[in-house]
Amino acid sequence: MQQQTTVNAPDGIYLDNNATTRVAPAVVQAMLPYFTELFGNPSSMHSFASGVGKAVQQAREQVQALLGAAYDTEIIFTSCGTEADSTAILSALRANPDRNEIITTAVEHPAILALCEQLEKEGYKVHRLPVDGQGRLDLDAYASLLSPRIAVVSVMWANNETGTLFPVEEMARMAHEAGVLFHTDAVQAAGKVAIDLKRSAIDMLSLSGHKLHGPKGIGVLYLRRGTRFRPLLRGGHQERGRRAGTENTAAIAGLGKAAELALKNLQADGARMAALRDRLEAGVLAAVPHAFVTGDPANRLPNTANIAFEYVEGEAILMLLNRAGIAASSGSACTSGSLEPSHVMRAMSIPDTAAHGSTRFSLSRETTAEEIERVIAAVPPIIARLRELSPYWSEGAPVADPQQAFAPVYA
Amino acid sequence: MWEYSEKVKELFFDPKNAKAVADANAVGDVGSISCGDALRLTLKVNPETEVIEDAGFQTFGCGSAIASSSALTELIKGKTLDQALKVTNQDIADYLDGLPPEKMHCSVMGQEALQAAVANYRGEEWRDDHEEGALVCKCFAVDAVLIEQTIRANNLETVEQVSHYTKAGGSCAACHEGIEEILGKVLAEKGQSVSVADSAEPGATGNRALIQRVQTILKVFDDVRPQLKADGGDIELVEVREEKVFVRLEGACSGCQMAGATLGWVQQRLTETLGEFIRLIPVNGDNQPLGGRA
Repeated sequence: MQQQTTVNAPDGIYLDNNATTRVAPAVVQAMLPYFTELFGNPSSMHSFASGVGKAVQQAREQVQALLGAAYDTEIIFTSCGTEADSTAILSALRANPDRNEIITTAVEHPAILALCEQLEKEGYKVHRLPVDGQGRLDLDAYASLLSPRIAVVSVMWANNETGTLFPVEEMARMAHEAGVLFHTDAVQAAGKVAIDLKRSAIDMLSLSGHKLHGPKGIGVLYLRRGTRFRPLLRGGHQERGRRAGTENTAAIAGLGKAAELALKNLQADGARMAALRDRLEAGVLAAVPHAFVTGDPANRLPNTANIAFEYVEGEAILMLLNRAGIAASSGSACTSGSLEPSHVMRAMSIPDTAAHGSTRFSLSRETTAEEIERVIAAVPPIIARLRELSPYWSEGAPVADPQQAFAPVYA
Repeated sequence: MWEYSEKVKELFFDPKNAKAVADANAVGDVGSISCGDALRLTLKVNPETEVIEDAGFQTFGCGSAIASSSALTELIKGKTLDQALKVTNQDIADYLDGLPPEKMHCSVMGQEALQAAVANYRGEEWRDDHEEGALVCKCFAVDAVLIEQTIRANNLETVEQVSHYTKAGGSCAACHEGIEEILGKVLAEKGQSVSVADSAEPGATGNRALIQRVQTILKVFDDVRPQLKADGGDIELVEVREEKVFVRLEGACSGCQMAGATLGWVQQRLTETLGEFIRLIPVNGDNQPLGGRA
């Protein structure tokens, strides 16, 4: 008898789409044949393999279309966004052995920052561009760092915590004029903002399948034709020898479908999510005092709202939201297992009184207006309740000069 | 996501004693908003009996910080100050049916708030000597500050030694890179670098590892010797071969009915101290294993 595993999906409102997204039903359908009938290895020379290679090719073209790449061969499938990031940076260093400096930003994803920290220990010099209070870069400071010593610039297209967009197209042009390679981590941007790589100076770009309603375990490195390259994984001839390892055919087919759906709905979904996001922010801020939106409201992803609630701690907010059936995430130290609050909040100089309470609501094309209204109703009592528990809060307002009123022996 | 116990969730969602005790005569403040955790403990202490008649907490912090604070107040109510001071952070964690290793500091904060409140009541000055670093070993909840202090205090040079002294890295080994990094930083100050020699490999560093191991074994023997001598016996190291430690039992221990129990006890001590499995094998006067198996 065939064993059937049934898993009950949790009910509730999912506003953590920057962490991962639900795989679209059409994507699941596109993947299924490659587990069963079409299980062959695309490299094989028999009928089990025929059709599989075509599926990989079709997915490559679908991703090419989403990114506006000039050639399908510029698309390299990887196992995830992190692998794409590592491949890009390590390739740039190996391909340019006479250059030993990297420019990145203080607010990148750990996939970039942790790698850069390691490279620093190995002797490379890393420049981390700071951001202002709204998470924006100073392009003059950037220009002054570009030099023949820089092997690669790596700057994220959109910030995962705040949604703030960086002017990567302009920064890539500046890098090119200085003869420097440019990589962008577009894991949060791909599928949410229009990308047209053939008209840009971007040399390398990373994306991840599961952020755009595709499966986990699949990513892409875009590599502009002619860019000097050294593979991370060597072995078979897969991906034209640029990424060895048998293709994850089901996930590749799924990502292709997800890219097609994202491109088709890009404008309409973006406008709808932005309207819901704005309603969410307005509704919450109208009902909760001592709260503010972080990041650059004028220039950000349509789906991301990051609200800092002062004098409350993020993990406690998440636990109460979860009990109310709402899934969100936080830049709080306590949710990560580290003792530091989010490096993004710190880079933006968000005061500690607010950084620990920063809460991210990230929408998807599935989010409904009704869900947003339910969140607007649920958040204010949760914040009020936690503030009642806090020694920094008294009778509906923060205590006067909290750092003074609460004076522990050590601080 | 943290897997909190039902008890943690219960005390977070429905905390007991979440209040500022109105007529408190003892207040303990610990933590700060920059750390992401802060706790004010207010107590009403009976001046005659020193019994804690009421306790309340106000906490800024995560779910387990709030639950730990609430647990603390439940644990100390009705106790005298001296009884309450015996409450350890482990008691708080036990009351909550355990905390994830990354969250043990929440229970430490509770214990410290109590110490601060008692000091406040008694008009003493309470000083925190607790410094906390990033968590390195998640299996045994050992942080970077403790590892660095232990390396300095004991002039440690290898990851293995760090595991023996702090338990860090003694289980899944995923944090060995992090431990090596701290070692490297401390050793660099002395102009040294981390030895990564495998003790199975011959060579100077391999010998050093062996010598350290033997010294550790002898130290354990020294520790247990008084007890053996009290029973008129003694233990002598004959040889160390991988996990096998050959010993000669002397005096009353030799041939004693309790030899097996004694060996088991010493073997346990060795295994714990070295952080690896050790098999203790008794040999006779001709250095032949007893019982025909080695």
